[in-house]
Amino acid sequence: MIKKKWANLKESAIRAFFLTCGILAVLVLVGIFATLLTTAIPAFKEIHLSEFLLKKNWDPTSPEKAEYGILSMIVSTLMVTGGALLLAVPIGIGVAAYLSDVAHWRVREIVKPIVEILAAIPSVVVGFLGIVLFGPAIAKIFHTGNGLNAVNGSILLAIMSLPTIISISEDSLNAVPPAYNEASLALGASRWQTLFRVKVPAALSGIIAACMLGMGRAIGETMTVLMATGNARAFPHGFLSSVRTMTANIAIELGEVPYYTTHYYALFAIGVVLFIMTFIVNMAADIILHKYQEREQ
Amino acid sequence: MKKLTIIVLATLTLLGGLLLGAKMIQIKGSDTMVNLVQILAEEYMGKTPGSAIAVLGGGSGTGITGLINQTCDIANHSREWKPKEIDQAWEKGVTPRFFIIAVDGLSIVVNAKNPIEKLTMAQVGALYRGEIKGWRTLGAYDKPVSLYGRQSNSGTYVFMQEFVLGNKNYSADMKEMNGNAQIIESILQDEGAVGYVGVGYLYDQTGKIRKGLKIIKISKDPNGTGYLPTDKAAVDSGNYPISRPLYMATNGKPKADVAQFLAWVCGPEGQAIVEREGFFAIGPAHRAQNDKNLK
Repeated sequence: MIKKKWANLKESAIRAFFLTCGILAVLVLVGIFATLLTTAIPAFKEIHLSEFLLKKNWDPTSPEKAEYGILSMIVSTLMVTGGALLLAVPIGIGVAAYLSDVAHWRVREIVKPIVEILAAIPSVVVGFLGIVLFGPAIAKIFHTGNGLNAVNGSILLAIMSLPTIISISEDSLNAVPPAYNEASLALGASRWQTLFRVKVPAALSGIIAACMLGMGRAIGETMTVLMATGNARAFPHGFLSSVRTMTANIAIELGEVPYYTTHYYALFAIGVVLFIMTFIVNMAADIILHKYQEREQ
Repeated sequence: MKKLTIIVLATLTLLGGLLLGAKMIQIKGSDTMVNLVQILAEEYMGKTPGSAIAVLGGGSGTGITGLINQTCDIANHSREWKPKEIDQAWEKGVTPRFFIIAVDGLSIVVNAKNPIEKLTMAQVGALYRGEIKGWRTLGAYDKPVSLYGRQSNSGTYVFMQEFVLGNKNYSADMKEMNGNAQIIESILQDEGAVGYVGVGYLYDQTGKIRKGLKIIKISKDPNGTGYLPTDKAAVDSGNYPISRPLYMATNGKPKADVAQFLAWVCGPEGQAIVEREGFFAIGPAHRAQNDKNLK
C-alpha cells in the first residue's frame, strides 16, 4: 500500500518536473520579449515611430542633432541576409541533393558530419576570415579598394547558414517515400528528372523551411557582420558599399551608451524590430514544416 | 532554521571578505590606452609582489560608465568627461579625480602609395565630414576617398569629432572599425584610405613605422608648416595640432594600492614605458597636477 503510494508520488513528481521544464522555455521567451518591450517603449516618448522606422539617418551621439532612423540598418540587414540566401540556397540544395541521391553512401558518411562541423565554427573565426581572406579578394575582383562591404557579409553568412540548409534539406529529401522514386524511374524518367521533377518538389516544404531557418540564423548573426561589413551608417548604395546591420549597431553601441537615455531605449527598440523579424521567419518555417509533416502522415 | 540562515549568511560574508581581500585593481576603458596600460600593469605587478591588476578595453565611454557604476577602480579615457557623465557620477556619489598619464599625438595615416604629404586641420575635418570625395581635389592621385574611423564608443572618435571636425557629424560613409589595429590593416590594403590612430599603433615590433603606411604632416593653417605626430618636440610645443592627454580617473581620493600604482605610472619608471610604447611622457605641469590629486 505504502509502496504504491510512493510510486504514485514519484510519478507525479517526475511529471511535475517535465512540466516545469516545458513551461520554463515558454517563460524565458515571454520574459525576454517582455523585458525587451518594456525597455524599448520609453524610446517612443521622444522618437516618432514612423521616424524611427522610415528615416535613414542614425546618429544618436551627434553633436549637431541626434537622429534615430533605422531604415538604413533594416535595409542593410535584409541585403546581407538576402545576399547570403542567394548564395547559400542553390549551393545548399545542390549539396543536399548530391548527398541524398548521388553520393555513394561512404562519401555521404564522411561529407555529412563535415558539413555539420561547419556549423560549429565560431562566428569570430568566420569574421576573421572575412577580414583577411574574403575582404582582400573582393577588393581585387571588384576594384573597390577595400572588401568591407555587403558582399563580404553575404558570403560569410552564406557559409554560416549552409549547414542548416544542407542538413534539413537532406533530411526532407530522404523522407520522400521510396515509392515516388521507384514509380518515377519505372515510368522511364532519368535519375536527374526523378531528382528534380519528383523528389525536390515532394520535399519542397522541408527545403523551404530549411532555407528559412538558415535565414533566421543569418539575420541574427552579429560578430561576423560586425567584423566584415565596415559598419558605415550611410544608406547602402549597392552590394559593394559598406553597410551596418541592426545586430552590429546594437553590439557597437550598447557597451557605451549611458543607461536610461533615449539612445539606450532606442537600441532596445531595434532589438524588438529584430526579434519580430526573426520571429516571423522562424514561425513561417515552423508552419511550413508542420504542413509538410502532416501531409506525410 | 534560523541557525541555518545565520550559518549561510556568515559563510557568504566570509567568502565575500576573502574575495575583496584579494584586492584586484580593475581598470577599464579606452582602447587606445589598453595596450599601454596592460604593459604598465604587467611591469608593475612584476615589481610589486602581491599586487593584482586587471585591464580591460571597450572604449573610453565604457570605462567612464564603469567608474560611474563602480564596476572598476580606474577608468582609462582618451577624451574629457562630458558634462552629462559628470552629472551622472555626482548623482551616484562618485567624485572623479583625473590623472594625466601620457600624451598621445593622434596621427592621420594613408596608404603609402598615396602621393599626399601634408594636410591642414581644415582639410582633415572636411575629409571626415564627407565634403571631399576624391583625392584629386587635394592634389593627390585619382582615387576615391575611403574613410576609416573608430566606433562611437571610442574616445578617439569623440576627440576627432570635437577637435578636428568642429563638432559636426562624421560622414555616414565612414567605415567604423573595431580598433586601431583594424584601421591600420585596412589602410595597408586600401589605396584610397585615410584613417586616424594613436601614435603607439604606427610602429611594428622592431620599433619601425609599419611598412605600407604613410603618416601625414598636419599644419594648423594653409600656409603653416606641417608637423609629424612622431616628432616629440612638435607635440610637446603644441606645433603638432592633433595631440591629446590620456587620462586615468578614480573615484575620489585613490585607495592606497591604487594610489601606489598611479604614482608609479606617473613616475620615471612608468613614463619610460610610456615613451617606449610610442606615446609621449607628461610634462611638469601635468605631473604637479597628478601629485596634487594623489593627496
